[in-house]
Amino acid sequence: MEPSALVRELFAWAHADAAGLMASVLALPVLVPLLGALFAFVMRRWAAAIGLVTLLALLATVLLLIPWLLGAGAQGLAVGGWGAPLGVDLYADGLSLAMLLMTAVVGLGISLYAHSYFRADPIREQAFWPLWLLLLTALNALFLSRDLFNLYVTLEILGLSAVALTALAGGAKALVGAMRYLLVSLLGSLAYLLGIALLYHAYATVDLALLAARIDAAPATWAALALMSAGLILKTALFPLHFWLPPAHASAAAPVSAALSALVIKGSYYLLVRIWLELVQVQSDGVATFLGLLGAGAVLWGSIQALVQTRLKLLIAYSTVAQIGYLFLAFPLAAGTGGLAWSGALYLALSHALAKAAMFLAAGNLLRFGGHDRIADLDRVVQRLPLSMAAFALAGVSIIGLPPSGGFIGKWLLLEAALSTGRWGWGIVIMLGGVLAATYVFKVVGFAFTQAEHPHQAQRVPATMEWVAFALAVAAVLLGFLVAQPLMLLEIGDPFAAHVGGMGP
Amino acid sequence: MTPAIIYALTGLGLFVLGLYALIMRAHLLRKILGFNVMGSGVFLVLAGLGQRTPMGGPDPVPQAMVITGIVVAVAATALALSLMLRVVAATGRARLPDPHHD
Amino acid sequence: MDKTKRDLRTAGEEDLDARQERSVQGLTRLVVASLLAVVFVGLALVILALPTEAPGLADQVDAALVDTGVTHPVTAVLLDFRGYDTLLEMVVLLLALAGVWSLAEGSPRTDHRPGVMLDRLTRLYAPLMLMIAGYLLWVGSTAPGGAFQAGAVLGAAGVVLTLTGWRLPRRLAGWPLRLLLVSGVLVFIAAGLVGLGFDRVWLDYPPPWSGALILLIETVASVAIGVTLAALFLGGHPEQTP
Repeated sequence: MEPSALVRELFAWAHADAAGLMASVLALPVLVPLLGALFAFVMRRWAAAIGLVTLLALLATVLLLIPWLLGAGAQGLAVGGWGAPLGVDLYADGLSLAMLLMTAVVGLGISLYAHSYFRADPIREQAFWPLWLLLLTALNALFLSRDLFNLYVTLEILGLSAVALTALAGGAKALVGAMRYLLVSLLGSLAYLLGIALLYHAYATVDLALLAARIDAAPATWAALALMSAGLILKTALFPLHFWLPPAHASAAAPVSAALSALVIKGSYYLLVRIWLELVQVQSDGVATFLGLLGAGAVLWGSIQALVQTRLKLLIAYSTVAQIGYLFLAFPLAAGTGGLAWSGALYLALSHALAKAAMFLAAGNLLRFGGHDRIADLDRVVQRLPLSMAAFALAGVSIIGLPPSGGFIGKWLLLEAALSTGRWGWGIVIMLGGVLAATYVFKVVGFAFTQAEHPHQAQRVPATMEWVAFALAVAAVLLGFLVAQPLMLLEIGDPFAAHVGGMGP
Repeated sequence: MTPAIIYALTGLGLFVLGLYALIMRAHLLRKILGFNVMGSGVFLVLAGLGQRTPMGGPDPVPQAMVITGIVVAVAATALALSLMLRVVAATGRARLPDPHHD
Repeated sequence: MDKTKRDLRTAGEEDLDARQERSVQGLTRLVVASLLAVVFVGLALVILALPTEAPGLADQVDAALVDTGVTHPVTAVLLDFRGYDTLLEMVVLLLALAGVWSLAEGSPRTDHRPGVMLDRLTRLYAPLMLMIAGYLLWVGSTAPGGAFQAGAVLGAAGVVLTLTGWRLPRRLAGWPLRLLLVSGVLVFIAAGLVGLGFDRVWLDYPPPWSGALILLIETVASVAIGVTLAALFLGGHPEQTP
């Protein structure tokens, strides 16, 4: 049976010719977590159960979209039936679908972990679930929207829920980290919104596809793109605007840290890539090189900072700063290599989501186990908490980019894009970042074998928390074996093709 | 200079003033106020430039966007103020410590 | 509470630390101010370079207005053309409240005994505010007004009532209140589903029902928005207050 026919049959009960219903399925990745959040908010006592059911439903929804889009190609939905420029359009191609799938899989892992993590603390648990489900709503809405103003609203939901979740840990460090995160996030949103105001008043639309057709190299375009990019770069924490990330990501509760590093920063990065692909398309110009240089700076600075940290969670947070850098190397490398560099960056984003979630969750286990995250005092956790340490090491393999792992494939594609066009400089940055990552991962693993000077009381870690971290790490490695399928998924609708229109040279 | 341009330039001025306060002022309340001034500036640009229609009537789309923006700003401000109170309760100060001196 | 108040004073915070900071910041201030001046001039030039006349979407909104069931263009944009934005915007309000509640840990502001003026004026104003909110809601389909304006007035009424020491009865402060808070978003989503039965996509209201559905959404939304705003002012979750 053809995949699209399967989906159609599933809904055959509703209407003989349910085209409207069929198309509306595209809104489900937004509606499912949104409804879950509303129910978890009202029925506090059942919040955790509602949350887990929601995540299962969300994963099922996204899995349902895959055969549909593989069969029928990229899909759009004119919400409200109007269509751009009056209405808001949703659009799902391979790029959106890959991000949705990443969110659902990593989100399910984090949810299972959080279920155990917050069990002893019902007040935090009840606060966690609505915020967390709204964060997932925002991410999915962001990955599906084509309307720049609508994307502004999704960015705000994403930022506010991320901040509230960060503050949930309590304590001075988490609260201060959350406050700084909030101010930075709001500043980024307003810069983005001012850019949209300029675009709307220049082209009378905020729809990406329509803008791509209408846009020209007017001063308003450049100013708008600069404002929007600056706002999004700030939210993505690209070097040197990364200052807010390590304190926030390191001081949050373990499942929140995992969500922030694995998923939240990918939201603003995704939007930046979309805007770049649809509207800019000026290949190999100064801006792309500039973004690439910032990315290279992030790779080196973030890795070196990770290396000198004495706290495990700060080390992982700085590793995120470095990994964000790789994602920006695709901007200069995309010139002359077609979708190769973009596929590499997106592959890296997906495997980073899995690996970094695994790392932060494993770190959360070590923190719960020993009551601290001082790297030098890890005290033989290899023997005492082998599964979590294995999760950290396996995730490390992907972060370093060793074969076979998702991180390796992503870096390999980027490297190929660099070397096939003879741009050795970028290639050296990619390899150097790998060497530095290996050093900081092995530093942690090394201390896990040694005995601490002051042994301490150990707390029990629930098995679920250990297994979830391990499963996510294994998934990051598995991404290195299944190369063809993710790449095939990414290519639905040809998101990286050079568009007609845009401000081409 | 048409009224639309005057509104837009005023909005731009507010944006920059608010941005200055957000970056330079240490007190969190002033930073939050700075954010609100910035937001008002953006809304003024958005609504002000919507008056350039040939018929003279306002373009309703940016107006609706401004309403949405205001609600978002109100929500963000409420969260920011609550968070500020918690920061004051936890650290005894209404300002952010230097991130490098933790 | 006193300590918090002292710490929140903006003008009085002139300790030694801050003064030292100031002298260091002198140069930084100058640099930042000049950079921002450059940004202002640059963006001002961009705005001056925009065409002096631009139709925007005004004409298209006017042309499509007949299909929406409302006659005021801004309401049509908010509730119909860009209804999805408005739905998400109500989610933002709800999210802010969920965030504020997660932060408050059951320690809302202490009650003040209202003065005679506040007490008497509230008795006078609260019903008046409810009436104004109702009017704004109703008039929204044909003139400036609508759910958010009505919700803001309702919220203000809630704030005034709260200031006089009024609290929601305990048995309503739990899930009934929370259900009321989410009702705006829930009804919005549900109203959007009506079109599915008429072979339309989500949030596409069938023409004969459009006006009625929009009024339904706006009515429920304005109450939910008003209650959310008042709850944001109150701070902590009412069920957890001592």
